[in-house]
Amino acid sequence: MAQMKYFYELTISSSPHAHSSTTTQTIMRDVLIALVPALIMSVVFFGFRALMVTVVSAAACVFFEWGYRKLMKLDNTAWDLSAVVTGVLLAFVCPVTIPYWTIILGDLFAIVLVKQLFGGIGKNFVNPALAGRAFMFSWPVLMSTWVKVGFSNAAGLISTADAVTAATPLAAMHQGQMCSESIWDLFIGNVGGCLGETSALALLIGFAYLLFRKVINARIPVAYIATVAVLAFLFPLGNDRIAWMAAQVFGGGLMLGAIFMATDYVTSPVTKLGQIIFGIGCGVITILIRYFGGYSEGVSYAILIMNCCVVLLDKVGRPVKFGAPKKEAAKK
Amino acid sequence: MAFSFFGGVHPKENKHYAENQKVQEFPAPDLLVIPMSQHIGAPCLPLVKKGDRVTVGQKIGDNQGLCVPVHASVSGTVKAVEARPHTNGMTCMSVVIQNDHLDELCPDIQPRTQEEVDKLTAEELIAIVREGGIVGMGGATFPTYFKLSSGLGKVDTVIVNAGECEPYITADDRLCQEMAPELVSGLKIIMKIFGLKAAHIAIEDNKPAAVKALKFAIDPADGIVVDVLPAKYPQGAEKQMIYAVTGREVPSGGLPAAVGCAVFNAATCKAIHDAVYLGMPLIKRIVTVSGDICMEAKNLMVPVGTPFEALMEAVGTSENPYKVISGGPMMGAAQYDLAVTTNKGVNAITILGRKNRFAVDNPHCIRCGKCMDACPMHLIPVMMYNAERNSDIDEMKSLNMLDCIECGCCAYTCPAGIPLVQSFRTGKQKLRDAMPKK
Repeated sequence: MAQMKYFYELTISSSPHAHSSTTTQTIMRDVLIALVPALIMSVVFFGFRALMVTVVSAAACVFFEWGYRKLMKLDNTAWDLSAVVTGVLLAFVCPVTIPYWTIILGDLFAIVLVKQLFGGIGKNFVNPALAGRAFMFSWPVLMSTWVKVGFSNAAGLISTADAVTAATPLAAMHQGQMCSESIWDLFIGNVGGCLGETSALALLIGFAYLLFRKVINARIPVAYIATVAVLAFLFPLGNDRIAWMAAQVFGGGLMLGAIFMATDYVTSPVTKLGQIIFGIGCGVITILIRYFGGYSEGVSYAILIMNCCVVLLDKVGRPVKFGAPKKEAAKK
Repeated sequence: MAFSFFGGVHPKENKHYAENQKVQEFPAPDLLVIPMSQHIGAPCLPLVKKGDRVTVGQKIGDNQGLCVPVHASVSGTVKAVEARPHTNGMTCMSVVIQNDHLDELCPDIQPRTQEEVDKLTAEELIAIVREGGIVGMGGATFPTYFKLSSGLGKVDTVIVNAGECEPYITADDRLCQEMAPELVSGLKIIMKIFGLKAAHIAIEDNKPAAVKALKFAIDPADGIVVDVLPAKYPQGAEKQMIYAVTGREVPSGGLPAAVGCAVFNAATCKAIHDAVYLGMPLIKRIVTVSGDICMEAKNLMVPVGTPFEALMEAVGTSENPYKVISGGPMMGAAQYDLAVTTNKGVNAITILGRKNRFAVDNPHCIRCGKCMDACPMHLIPVMMYNAERNSDIDEMKSLNMLDCIECGCCAYTCPAGIPLVQSFRTGKQKLRDAMPKK
């Protein structure tokens, strides 16, 4: 029996034999597409150096990813675009005046120490871009030199000496005063700050795209932003509750963090309840740092802290299985 | 009705290959291999030996316990009784019949008139269903007589499953379009057995012609409702279908009868009609032979025991097949030997070309959670996968791995291309191995 009379080989594998067209690479590509509006706005407000910093950072991340995998004789994951996303996001949370060597060091830290040493894509427990940023605060002056917005003030591609420095809205609010910028400027991003975080509008366009493409769900960003909004509304430091709330939401890195950083698959919970608690936790810690911390911005550290709780949150958030006994269902 | 179950995916339907092909009678080949195990339960013991002459519909295998008999699908001579490859990937004791093309009918096969059928009791009808060798024809091949007898007095809702949510397959669609009266007649027998006045036929909304044909075949006095459900995979999975039609959740580890439901595949209903009215046991069924590299996909009425190669020759392929699947692409079993033959549960042969390759050498989970959103059993495939890789028995248990129905939604949707279902099959085996021996 079983004399094969056919001259081709059949492949056998476990079902299913069909697969959706979504891959890790298409997801990362969608995230990059969603970041394009913010990148355009950063060029509008900070000049071409913004683009240059982003490109350098992305290229460095891909290089480190490729180099590490090569050196360790592991499969090459450099082309799945996840390193590009890390590079772009790290650039987005730096001031436009950041020297190239600093951001390349940040990329090295993010990719090699945070991501690869823990096993590469999918294994890191904190967001690599945010951890890279935290590492880059070893140079606090470089990381908190903010330039005035406007194409004419733009920092040079090579030298940043001409740039006119200015304070960010959150720095003012950290002192307990309402910032001088109008809410509209905060919304479209016509304010000082990190490269990619300024324009809430551009980030929301990216958010809509990610939701449309079903790359992320709205649970974490909505829980996060709503928590910050509610807390800011309840405990305003200025005279105008609404303006204070809007400034807390649109100023600083909240939008970028909530939409693109807190939703990082690897470092956020997979369960629904876990995601909501994660978002709320991020919001509470952000407000605590902004109000009581020594530093005017709280988003990065809030997300990094919550990243560490993900395993616990997923334990709490486990869904009730289909057909579970009703008693068990009621208990959970 | 019309609840929507949680999760699921919507794979490319690919029904257009075969949905407009009328069911054609496939001429029985010269040699048929009839497996003795075509159902869940104890395999049949062969009742014939080498050299015996058999006739169409003659019982050639039976056994005690949870078992239904197997019948010869052609007349001819028994050439061998030996182990042959089975679609489940293993070998199975089979009766090999040399077809004499005389199609001589077994004398036991006697049609019944309506009056005779009306006089039959539920127990007698169940006995006919058993003797007819009828099993669930959607692919699970659970013995139908047992579903009927164990549900007596418990079942208040009968659902005919014409969902057919697997891509490519159109066998039930064509059956509903062309044989709706027989289907409804079979359903009425089931209703009579359970003593019910009402029943449901559940079908997906991507089969409008079948819905029309079914509604046409139903008399308003029959009490049969056609429930048109949204096309979504796995709409045809038993538990999901019961939920979609009645809103009841079959308890974990339990049978549908626990919530008063019994689900029968559309083809099973037709087979019950044939067994009761024509006296004809289940010896042929509609098989969709389709796939993206088929020259001409077909729906064929195929005698049980027909080799896959003969059916593949009937449709022709434009390139060498990459995978030949018994069943549909979501849950079907890929075959390594085309000498395997059709059985009562093979509703389709799906022939896929090379472009369906998606295996990844080193898949890296990115914890996107898409598998969770797709799981119709509300499980957490991402954690189950890690638990299985670590052989963490306690964790696998607490993640309810045994509740997995292997529908394939998670692996279908996984962007990293992780073979999740394969992992869970392995994990279930690890769990069973770890259980204390009774």
